[in-house]
Amino acid sequence: MTDSKYFTTTKKGEIFELKAELNSDKKEKKKEAVKKVIASMTVGKDVSALFPDVVNCMQTDNLELKKLVYLYLMNYAKSQPDMAIMAVNTFVKDCEDPNPLIRALAVRTMGCIRVDKITEYLCEPLRKCLKDEDPYVRKTAAVCVAKLHDINAQLVEDQGFLDTLKDLISDSNPMVVANAVAALSEIAESHPNSNLLDLNPQSINKLLTALNECTEWGQIFILDCLANYTPRDDRESQSICERVTPRLSHANSAVVLSAVKVLMKFMEMLPKDLDYYGTLLKKLAPPLVTLLSAEPELQYVALRNINLIVQKRPEILKHEMKVFFVKYNDPIYVKLEKLDIMIRLASQANIAQVLAELKEYATEVDVDFVRKAVRAIGRCAIKVEQSAERCVSTLLDLIQTKVNYVVQEAIVVIKDIFRKYPNKYESVIATLCENLDSLDEPEARAAMIWIVGEYAERIDNADELLESFLEGFHDESTQVQLQLLTAIVKLFLKKPTETQELVQQVLSLATQDSDNPDLRDRGYIYWRLLSTDPVAAKEVVLAEKPLISEETDLIEPTLLEELICHIGTLASVYHKPPSAFVEGSRGVMHKRLPARTGSGEGTECPDVGNAAGGSAPEAAPSIIPSQGDLLGDLLNLDLAPPTTPAVLLPLMGAGFGAAPAVMPASLNAPVGGGLGDLFDLGGGVGMPMGAYIPPKTVWLPAMKAKGLEISGTFARRAGVIQMELVLTNKAMSVMTDFAIQFNRNSFGLAPAGPLQVLTPLGPNQTIEVSLPLSTVGPVMKMDPLNNLQVAVKNNIDVFYFSCQYPISMLFVEDGKMERQVFLATWKDIPNDNESQFQIQDCHLNSEAASNKLQGSNIFTIAKRTVEGQDMLYMSIKLSNGIWVLAELKVQAGNPNYTISLKCRAPEVSQCVFQCYEAVLKN
Amino acid sequence: MIGGLFIYNHKGEVLISRVYRDDIGRNAVDAFRVNVIHARQQVRSPVTNIARTSFFHVKRSNIWLAVVTKQNVNAAMVFEFLYKMCDVMASYFGKISEENIKNNFVLIYELLDEILDFGYPQNSETGSLKTFITQQGIKGQTKEEQSQITSQVTGQIGWRREGIKYRRNELFLDVLESVNLLMSPQGQVLSAHVSGRVVMKSYLSGMPECKFGMNDKIIIDKAGKGGVTNEAGKSTSGKQSIAIDDCTFNQCVRLSKFDSERSISFIPPDGEYELMRYRTTKDIILPFRVIPLVREVGRTKLEVKVVIKSNFKPSLLAQKIEVRIPTPLNTSGVQVICMKGKAKYKASENAIVWKIKRMAGMKESQISAEIELLPTNDKKKWARPPISMNFEVPFAPSGLKVRYLKVFESKLNYSDHDVIKWVRYIGRSGIYETRC
Repeated sequence: MTDSKYFTTTKKGEIFELKAELNSDKKEKKKEAVKKVIASMTVGKDVSALFPDVVNCMQTDNLELKKLVYLYLMNYAKSQPDMAIMAVNTFVKDCEDPNPLIRALAVRTMGCIRVDKITEYLCEPLRKCLKDEDPYVRKTAAVCVAKLHDINAQLVEDQGFLDTLKDLISDSNPMVVANAVAALSEIAESHPNSNLLDLNPQSINKLLTALNECTEWGQIFILDCLANYTPRDDRESQSICERVTPRLSHANSAVVLSAVKVLMKFMEMLPKDLDYYGTLLKKLAPPLVTLLSAEPELQYVALRNINLIVQKRPEILKHEMKVFFVKYNDPIYVKLEKLDIMIRLASQANIAQVLAELKEYATEVDVDFVRKAVRAIGRCAIKVEQSAERCVSTLLDLIQTKVNYVVQEAIVVIKDIFRKYPNKYESVIATLCENLDSLDEPEARAAMIWIVGEYAERIDNADELLESFLEGFHDESTQVQLQLLTAIVKLFLKKPTETQELVQQVLSLATQDSDNPDLRDRGYIYWRLLSTDPVAAKEVVLAEKPLISEETDLIEPTLLEELICHIGTLASVYHKPPSAFVEGSRGVMHKRLPARTGSGEGTECPDVGNAAGGSAPEAAPSIIPSQGDLLGDLLNLDLAPPTTPAVLLPLMGAGFGAAPAVMPASLNAPVGGGLGDLFDLGGGVGMPMGAYIPPKTVWLPAMKAKGLEISGTFARRAGVIQMELVLTNKAMSVMTDFAIQFNRNSFGLAPAGPLQVLTPLGPNQTIEVSLPLSTVGPVMKMDPLNNLQVAVKNNIDVFYFSCQYPISMLFVEDGKMERQVFLATWKDIPNDNESQFQIQDCHLNSEAASNKLQGSNIFTIAKRTVEGQDMLYMSIKLSNGIWVLAELKVQAGNPNYTISLKCRAPEVSQCVFQCYEAVLKN
Repeated sequence: MIGGLFIYNHKGEVLISRVYRDDIGRNAVDAFRVNVIHARQQVRSPVTNIARTSFFHVKRSNIWLAVVTKQNVNAAMVFEFLYKMCDVMASYFGKISEENIKNNFVLIYELLDEILDFGYPQNSETGSLKTFITQQGIKGQTKEEQSQITSQVTGQIGWRREGIKYRRNELFLDVLESVNLLMSPQGQVLSAHVSGRVVMKSYLSGMPECKFGMNDKIIIDKAGKGGVTNEAGKSTSGKQSIAIDDCTFNQCVRLSKFDSERSISFIPPDGEYELMRYRTTKDIILPFRVIPLVREVGRTKLEVKVVIKSNFKPSLLAQKIEVRIPTPLNTSGVQVICMKGKAKYKASENAIVWKIKRMAGMKESQISAEIELLPTNDKKKWARPPISMNFEVPFAPSGLKVRYLKVFESKLNYSDHDVIKWVRYIGRSGIYETRC
């Protein structure tokens, strides 16, 4: 008998005919008719008009027919709720049937009918089925609780089904346990804070026992559930790991991946010197490699996950490079993923093999794949220094092929290689220049222009080359325009005589004829720099660039941790947290890896959630990237739109969304004359005094610097930061040729001009110089934060010293926050970021204090008096855009002030407090 | 969890549509058709996200199977489920084709109802499914039969039913290996591995307890530790052992026992099933070596010479040998001369296909071809795909040997040596490529 004929009925009046057939007396005819109805339903025809007729067929002892009717009911019940009620009786009756298969079928189907009235009738049969003697019925009922919860969560709670479900975790049948776990896990996801699953060592033990006995699917449910548990200490963690490792040999890849997830998570808690830790690492590699012999779709899922695992624990697969070699017939999605992992695993030991492979791939057909292979060669060069030369020559070979997209991709990566190894491979520039005309992609054009600008002095016809780009300036993309602007300015600074016309041309193109604000801004900056101080311009534009980092595309560590907790799931395939693609509250809870806890200490951790949550100290926002290369100097502007503000902005920008949170009650309640009056304090109360300048101290004693003594201080005058230096020559000979340079520092301080010591400094002579500073220099986090390392050079030698600057000189003039913004920001900054300090022995009243502070750009926004205590609310803005909010409590007659500081970057609080103390006491 | 499952034909018409979750609307069916099946370019990923809905798909001949979900499901599980679904369908009605699906759509719906509940995979063992999803109704079953079905479906040993009886207790073991190779033109092995499967056909009565042994290095070493030292143990046994990189087992194998004792013990399903899969990378016997020589003569001619050498015992015979030599797209004509077998240029496949029926070990054969090319102004170079090979040899290239398979059935009166056992080794080429 064939069923395909049911798909072919397309006549008009079909519904009418079907109706007649459904009501036929002959069983066979009825069944035929229902089949036709289902076939029409499948292809998308609306057969809901037949509802009563189909439901009439439900009362039958023919199971096949019954199942078909149920299928129809599940589809249409929602659109015909009143008629669906007609089916209830049959369901209830079926739930009492002596055949367990029919009981289960009834309860399974009933749960799929999302009609309130039916749901009411479901409760009693469901309760019975949850306690049925037959495990098949119980396992079906367990899932049904989750269905019911999806329709009416309240009902499930009220009826006590959740408790019954919890009891099923101790059921004797492993499949019942697995389904109960699955249902509970799903319900728990929509109640993130309920302690529904209540995982404790006893229940975990039950799960681990069931794990050995249930179906492959059940094992997945249990492992995924286990992964949410946080063991109390390393011993428990190890014992769970020991019982999970056998799963790594399961034929089902999903079981393997879920086991890997549990192990990766629990490993976090094991001490690294433990023997078992090493054993576990070794055990993880083979199953991961085996996943690569699965079907391509699964390979893809596995590779996406391996990509995460390699980032988290590179040691696991470091010897397995070969298995990631691309096969000619791999589907493209597998090829691209393998390539990614190859680059991550590339090291000095295997680089020769990797390069040979990559070169092979670069000749394949698929354009995306070839591009990625070329890019990978560049990344190898940057990652493994020893291979750089070979990589460059490989890239040159590829450029010789003249395949357009290969050439372009190669030029983009060669630019990066130049930045990583300056002054090493410039001999290839000539070859690159030959291909200038074939470049039609913005990225490649921009890269080429960068190279020409950067090495203008070595390219004879650099001006002609750049000029040729200038002709179509307005048709270029922004990336290319910005690059061209900078490159020509560079060229001008290097060869000023021949290129004056060119630079004027580009500046006017950028500033006058362009409506792109970024381009105009950059044009103006260059124009002013060049017209006011060419020397400074040279230092800014041609300053030494920080080297680029090796790993540019690593997943951010907190996200990586979260994704590790989601191994095997969609999140790990997309490399995105579930909240990015799941709607509603389900599964949006962020997961974290557990922290390491020794069995000795801290075993009592009542709240599992908290224990897990407290594990990632790096989650706190940090203002300053600890590596210099994250935040470039001004020259980074070359390659992308200005990065300095871009990195910092989100930190403060995020603060302005008015999210309700705890805030000091005092700010909320209108006391006294009402907030309105108080907040009017604002602008010019009293005369602003000059900024506080600390007294000069000796930074470099004469004996350490061959007779040169340097003392000095920092000041902020009219918005300009100045380093005021006193140079004393205590040696016998004359000193000349002074110059100064700073090391990278927390706030990017750098000399804005050369050190102006024009006359030679004779023996026993003293000279005072003032050096203006800018805050656009390279950034690196220092300890303490306000530490500055300085090098001073004269005709005798170079001397180094370090000094600390008062952070107050970084407080900018426009640091006065709007009241509303202040309120919102204060609320928005988490309370963890608040720090409190005491200032002792200060005898100013609140107004004097406020005036004094304003002189140093600490602005009082509001003042309030409560029970003789003055509360001052103040804001400060640092030169890198970070806001600090302060609450100062001054009590009349009490010389001790209390100050609370709130900032998104709590690291600065200590320094700010020091400033308060210094300003108020002087 | 899984929100729904759709099956389409090659035109994108829906053949089966089963929705398990309320968050999946009817438009999901069309979204997949429009964005994936009818998409112009090649499929770039088996997982597609369309408007916050994720689709997982696999293709079997020209049939698309797609799972749809809006949640963060276990992606590996979804694909494993799809493969399993294909297996189940294939075992019920053979090849997965449009016609077969249409002919069995009621059955498929019935299966989908049983295999997935609310999107959670339940029981997917064909053996037990066939006991109660028969398209015949279950009217005639007695109470005992019913409870036997449910306990088998949910039980610890879901893959085998009680009360199986055979007059002759017999079992067949097939060691099927596929040997994979990637070799450089100079003959350097870039990567090589064997992925093997042990397939068992068991016709045994009752609930037999089986124990399987092979020449795995770790197992032998472990056994050696008992009395004599390792080396002595090896020399007395005289057998070579192999290093297995990793293995996975059918769900009937007790994994915890394997983990602790490296012993493979199980109660087998009835009939044919895959007992284990394994992978080795060390000391692989590469049955054939391909030596390519490609010379470009001017811009319009290529000279190709390929030598194959068989590298196994002269008494053994390899079969179904096929060498596939890719030719450039602008090939206009090919002349081939081969010493053995038949060779043909297949323009539609852009390759010269050279077939040899049989070849003994330690032999050598050669083909040479002249390829005429049409002049093109295409600057892009020909990518030179690798030369690939297919063959079948009667031994296991990994060196794996079955040492024993013991059968214990305490309740019925037959013992291990009453069971008739057969072992066969077949080595096939997997992806066996030599770059040229």
